[in-house]
Amino acid sequence: MAIEPGQAVDLSGAMVLAPATPADWLVVGPVAIPIVTGAILLMVRHETRLHAGLAVAGLLAALLCNIGLLARVLDQGPLVMTMGRWLPPFGISFAADALGASLALVATLVAVVCALFATADIGAVGRRYGFYPFMMLMMAGVSGSFLTGDIFNLYVWFEVFLISSFGLLVLGSQHKQLDGATKYAILNLVGTTLFLTATALLYGTFGTLNMADIARKADGLRENAPLTTLAVLYLLAFGMKAAAFPVNFWLPASYHTPRIVTAALFGGVLTKVGVYALLRTLVMLFPPELELLSGLIAWVAAATMVIGIMGALAQTDLRRVLGFVVISGVGVMLAGLALGTSEGLTGTIFYAFHSMIVMTALYLLAGVMNGLGGSYSLSKLSGLYTSNPLVAAFALLLMLAVAGLPPASGLWPKVMLVRASLDSGQPWLAFAILATGFLTTLALGRVFILAVWRPRVAADPEAPASPYLGYVALAALSLPVVVMGLYPDPVISVAERAANAILDAPAYIGTVFPEEAAQ
Amino acid sequence: MHTLIFRTIAPYLASLMVLFSIFVLLRGHNEPGGGFIGGLIAASAFAIYGIACGVAPVRRALYFHPMAISGFGLLVSALSGAVSLFMDMPFLTGQWTEIDVLGLPVDISTVLAFDVGVYFVVVGSITSIALALEEREHA
Repeated sequence: MAIEPGQAVDLSGAMVLAPATPADWLVVGPVAIPIVTGAILLMVRHETRLHAGLAVAGLLAALLCNIGLLARVLDQGPLVMTMGRWLPPFGISFAADALGASLALVATLVAVVCALFATADIGAVGRRYGFYPFMMLMMAGVSGSFLTGDIFNLYVWFEVFLISSFGLLVLGSQHKQLDGATKYAILNLVGTTLFLTATALLYGTFGTLNMADIARKADGLRENAPLTTLAVLYLLAFGMKAAAFPVNFWLPASYHTPRIVTAALFGGVLTKVGVYALLRTLVMLFPPELELLSGLIAWVAAATMVIGIMGALAQTDLRRVLGFVVISGVGVMLAGLALGTSEGLTGTIFYAFHSMIVMTALYLLAGVMNGLGGSYSLSKLSGLYTSNPLVAAFALLLMLAVAGLPPASGLWPKVMLVRASLDSGQPWLAFAILATGFLTTLALGRVFILAVWRPRVAADPEAPASPYLGYVALAALSLPVVVMGLYPDPVISVAERAANAILDAPAYIGTVFPEEAAQ
Repeated sequence: MHTLIFRTIAPYLASLMVLFSIFVLLRGHNEPGGGFIGGLIAASAFAIYGIACGVAPVRRALYFHPMAISGFGLLVSALSGAVSLFMDMPFLTGQWTEIDVLGLPVDISTVLAFDVGVYFVVVGSITSIALALEEREHA
């Protein structure tokens, strides 16, 4: 059908014609800014002096954008932008609700601190091999995963951060790094292939990839379509990415090999993307299937937290201990998913905020300890209490936080999860959470006694200089840990809004398809 | 592969392929082609030149490091999507304008800029991989 030049065309059937204000752009900023910064970093690859400054500036800009985005989402509800003006579900929508926006904010905050820490940890060679560009592109992938409203686009962002994480893992090209990266790469590729297969099946069933569109069509298709199969496939694929038992083996096999700042970023952020994807698909898209699977997920959650922390008790390398603690934390988050109630999900989301910050801080602490004691091995680290009392203070605070003891942030999400499990008549799940807390105290208490309290086993020839940048990074992460522990109300209310945002699918559908909400 | 015939032909072949890749890139707007396939053709041109004459001449001829070219492409693509910010339209909305080139009206658009960016990303990354592999073979 040819259109004469100058003839007016009615675009409203194909395009979103409402003007997009600069405030709407907040939803793409957290993705676009890291991509642009990463591209510039690639262009100035040889000027390694510029890298740290550019990366920190880019991440700070993304952080500001995230703060603006969260403020707006809390104020006016979910923010949707469909790329290229094409009407959803044909255009790819970015849809930030309280869950995605708050997780993207915490992830970017953690990344800023890691980028600062890396200025001392990553030398010219590491920069030359592209530490900062990989880091920026990984953060673009992570933010994209949190903010996208399209399930195939979610897959694309998963690939973006996975490929960047491969690059970060092998930075240094040591034998054990390649060994760890091979396991990580193969198992994660199996996970994403499952994700892709599930998405292909979903597209064949629904004929759409837009998550709001899937959510509104699911009820009509439930009679004939294999929705339970889809939910199980997504559970397995994202469970693999989140390192849930029994598909968690890649994490302890690889997270102790890279640079410590890379491990900090991975341990803090990447598993939570898996947990987020589980929340998004199972809670928002397939709630009846989640109810069907909740018994299974509860067992997986309990096994992940208990077996994870048992692994931590058995290790002597500090980084391996932390790897298992990450797994155990994933189990705690899955407990809230298994309950599926508003309070349980609030606990899960609060725990995700807490875990991102605390796990990153613990890995950075391990890096600082290694700098001072010359080793990650618990049999060699010793005497930090007398030589560096400040490190001992950070260690105590962070270990209390991860064990869920006051005054730190781990307490409240665990209280909420325990109460939610008791309310839904699953006292054994509450018991598992409490037992895990106790075992975590033991595992990290052991670290504290050996590395901090024990008198120095070998006299050092010379005391290393105090790592001031490390202290700054640890202080920057400890501050939110203490604030969230002593004054949790604002965080609980954000987590509650986030939980209600995914429980209330019609509201989400209404923001992506406003014309139908109006009818 | 230091045969005389190949070494003599390769520069001409490579330059023809680069020319063809630009043709494919521009043609891609309305017909089969585009940035990705154009970039692949150009990258194979550099690979052929590298096999025939060694990697060092290719790097000299490219002047910029392939990874920097790739980064430039990513930047162009990302910024072409951001132009619509000033038009009150969502990210990646195509913006069109017509310019006059020697009396002929030519449509240019951010869509074209995006495709050119993709072209550079593909040229840069594939050339980078190809040259690294060829270097290893010769060493």
